[in-house]
Amino acid sequence: MKRKPWLLLLLLTFMLSLVLIGCSNDEEEPEQSEETEEPGETKEETEEPTESEEPAESTGGTLIYARGGDSTALDPITTTEGETFRVTENIFESLLTYGEQDTTIQPNLAKEWDVSDDGLTYTFTLEEGVKFHDGTDFNAEAVVYNFERWMNGDAEQFPYYTMFGGYKGDEGHIIESVEATDEHTVVFTLKRPQAPFLKNLAMSPFGIASPTALEEMGAEEFNQNPVGTGPFKFVEWRREERIVLEKNPDYWKEGLPKLDEVIYTVIPDNSARLNALMTGEVDLIDGLNPSDIQRVEDDPNLQIIERPSMNVGYLGFTVNRDNPLSDPAVRVALSHAVPKKDLIEAFYAGYAEPAKTVMPPSVEGYNDEIEDYAYDPELAKELLAEAGYPDGFEIDLWYMPVPRPYIPEGEKIAEVIQQSFAQVGVTANLQTTDWASYIEQATAGEFDAFLLGWTGDNGDADNFIYTLLDKDSIGSNNNTHYANDELHDILIEAQTITDQEQRNELYKQAQEIIHKDAPWVPLVHSTPVVAAKKSVSGYVPHPTGSEAVTNTSISE
Amino acid sequence: MGAYTIRRILLLIPVLFGVSVLVFSIIHLIPGNPAQVILGQRATADAILEVEKQLGLDQPLLLQYFTYMGDLFTGDLGTSLKTKTPISEEIWGYLAATMELTFVAMLIAIFVGVNAGIISAWFHNSWFDYIAMVIALIGVSIPIFWLGLMEQYIFSVKLGWLPSTGRTDPSTTIDTVTNFYLIDTLLQGDFKAFKEVVSHLILPGVALATIPMAIIARMTRASMLEVMKADYIRTARAKGLSSFWVVYKHSLRNAVIPVLTVIGLQTGLLLGGAILTETIFGWPGIGRYIYDAIEARDYPVIQSGILIIATIFVFINLIVDLLYAAVDPRIKYK
Repeated sequence: MKRKPWLLLLLLTFMLSLVLIGCSNDEEEPEQSEETEEPGETKEETEEPTESEEPAESTGGTLIYARGGDSTALDPITTTEGETFRVTENIFESLLTYGEQDTTIQPNLAKEWDVSDDGLTYTFTLEEGVKFHDGTDFNAEAVVYNFERWMNGDAEQFPYYTMFGGYKGDEGHIIESVEATDEHTVVFTLKRPQAPFLKNLAMSPFGIASPTALEEMGAEEFNQNPVGTGPFKFVEWRREERIVLEKNPDYWKEGLPKLDEVIYTVIPDNSARLNALMTGEVDLIDGLNPSDIQRVEDDPNLQIIERPSMNVGYLGFTVNRDNPLSDPAVRVALSHAVPKKDLIEAFYAGYAEPAKTVMPPSVEGYNDEIEDYAYDPELAKELLAEAGYPDGFEIDLWYMPVPRPYIPEGEKIAEVIQQSFAQVGVTANLQTTDWASYIEQATAGEFDAFLLGWTGDNGDADNFIYTLLDKDSIGSNNNTHYANDELHDILIEAQTITDQEQRNELYKQAQEIIHKDAPWVPLVHSTPVVAAKKSVSGYVPHPTGSEAVTNTSISE
Repeated sequence: MGAYTIRRILLLIPVLFGVSVLVFSIIHLIPGNPAQVILGQRATADAILEVEKQLGLDQPLLLQYFTYMGDLFTGDLGTSLKTKTPISEEIWGYLAATMELTFVAMLIAIFVGVNAGIISAWFHNSWFDYIAMVIALIGVSIPIFWLGLMEQYIFSVKLGWLPSTGRTDPSTTIDTVTNFYLIDTLLQGDFKAFKEVVSHLILPGVALATIPMAIIARMTRASMLEVMKADYIRTARAKGLSSFWVVYKHSLRNAVIPVLTVIGLQTGLLLGGAILTETIFGWPGIGRYIYDAIEARDYPVIQSGILIIATIFVFINLIVDLLYAAVDPRIKYK
């Protein structure tokens, strides 16, 4: 009896190894070839029937881009969700676009534009000879068609209102009319000047869709089968699995795009996604855990690519609750009690810079003259005593349950803040709830103090300061319920003048006021990183978080 | 047996009704507003009200429930609030992905679990028994996400034997007919793709199999130990039948009823509870679909998704009950 378990165990092990060997055989070929670099990759390519006829030089290759979540839609106007734009930036083009790594305005489908002196009439001259993927001509009529579609929509269909103040017939709607004056000229007439108007037009949601395709398919089907003018054409979408785009051979920009195919795939877990990059199953990943950056840097086959920051993570104080935080002096005191540098070292692997104002330095109008409240617990204690709280007080400190680019680990960051507050005598009780309720309760002003952040939409100062701290934004994104009339007047003025220099000055003043009143402790502007194989080049991440891979290539 | 089956299927109606009431009440109790989620962080209060109205969320709850049930009876599972796609169109792909994974996982779990249990019972108190039961104990307690990441690290990153994530390589195109990739690739006669699908199933299959495997092994062992003490086994041995024959024919058949129960329950659990495995292995399954729906407060998806899983669960249990009769002639349903 005693010997038999041995035999059985051996037998089982043998069977198991057979199974494993059987499987490994299938994989070995491509796997080995990948390690031997150049010739191997070609071999892998040639195994695919579609590419086998073409010589290796002329194929631009396939880029496999793994990310944490799937797109919710492929008609970009229907959503505000970033994973959608990441894909649609390749399929659609807006009239204007941003600079390669900043938010200056650059021509796109509109090659020239002219603004009237009163800031009410914008005349765009469109590129000629551009065609949609379905062969429809891109012209002024197509632009009008798209804007008419959006302006006649509603909040559930299109979040268009967030940028243009409403829909047709609404009081707040900025656009009076959009007209095609000839084949290649479109004139926008505004009801009143909107300073960030051009920057808004450049945003991903306002990509121009093929009117023919929209008519033929209807909105719902179009959402699954998008047709634009962009460098890549839509091929296939299997939800939560992959989105396949192929090169648009008739793309109007000569010689572009460089890739033949782009595949966006979904791997929800950050560590698993990194594993997939390390095995070579995918070429590029986003959403790297800061703690994993070292692993990528140590790998000779991989590289880190930085995305310029256009976000801010902050500790907000709700100013109208019945507690000491309603006193600006207390908020200033607590501003001295947050060790931003330590947070960046510990939780951002150094890929962030300490924030001293609402918006990151990449946004025009950034006030670099503001001197941040230095980390100084002793001073904080003194200031608290001066404000009448020598023995401190107790508050609830809320942190978000999900990682955000600006706050990767809410709970741990909150713990550090809790400890440093304890040093100055303030007791912070940590609280959290699920993300949907978190936003809702923050908006309602139900938190004493909370962690939150913001990623810019259009790279305009207005999109940070007005959106996050103006009294008009209470109930949407001004979660501190901070209201300052002086600030409000400045921000409204800045919205209506079109001279950028003048606007920048106003925004600098606005930041002074906010600094003084300290409704937030601005924590960080984080630099999100993506990791890619060394063979990937020309991938230039945009601060807005989404970019076309037009110039990206992958070497064999 | 026919009458019994029909009765059981009819019993499904009150069960599902109960489930629907329960699910409906629970999801409306959790705080958070789907309109807020749809519109995102940028929403204004007016826009939220507007969207609530369009989604019918401003209606009284009871009315919402009856509207939903009414639609359900006409075969309409509702439309996802998030993707704006009819649920009946999108749910099948996710369900098939999970069923395929569950099938493989249960195959592994049953094969290894039952055999390990039998051998442990056969060589009761031998070192094989001890080791197998320690492994089984670890199996039930191991965190799946850790196991999954370790599998990936060892077998994909370090050894390069198996792919780490997904149902296929991202660049492989499969014509989806049934959405079971094992079947679809065979239908296309594409054996290369079939092998690829199999290789993608192994790591998540093993990860998902660990818990049921351990439970099945323990259950089989316990049940076998009991049976092997019975008189008829002693008689069989006394007749001079080989140990192997005694164990696999006489004992197993009598010991299998509780094991079957466990297998049925575990299969049902895996169908709905594969969420961790699905997340780690980038598996586009029903667990993640419902989980994402909960995050987004996508009420119709949560409701219909859970109802479908509950239906399958009930059916699996019915099949198990019918199997009892097939295995054990003493059990008869009237």
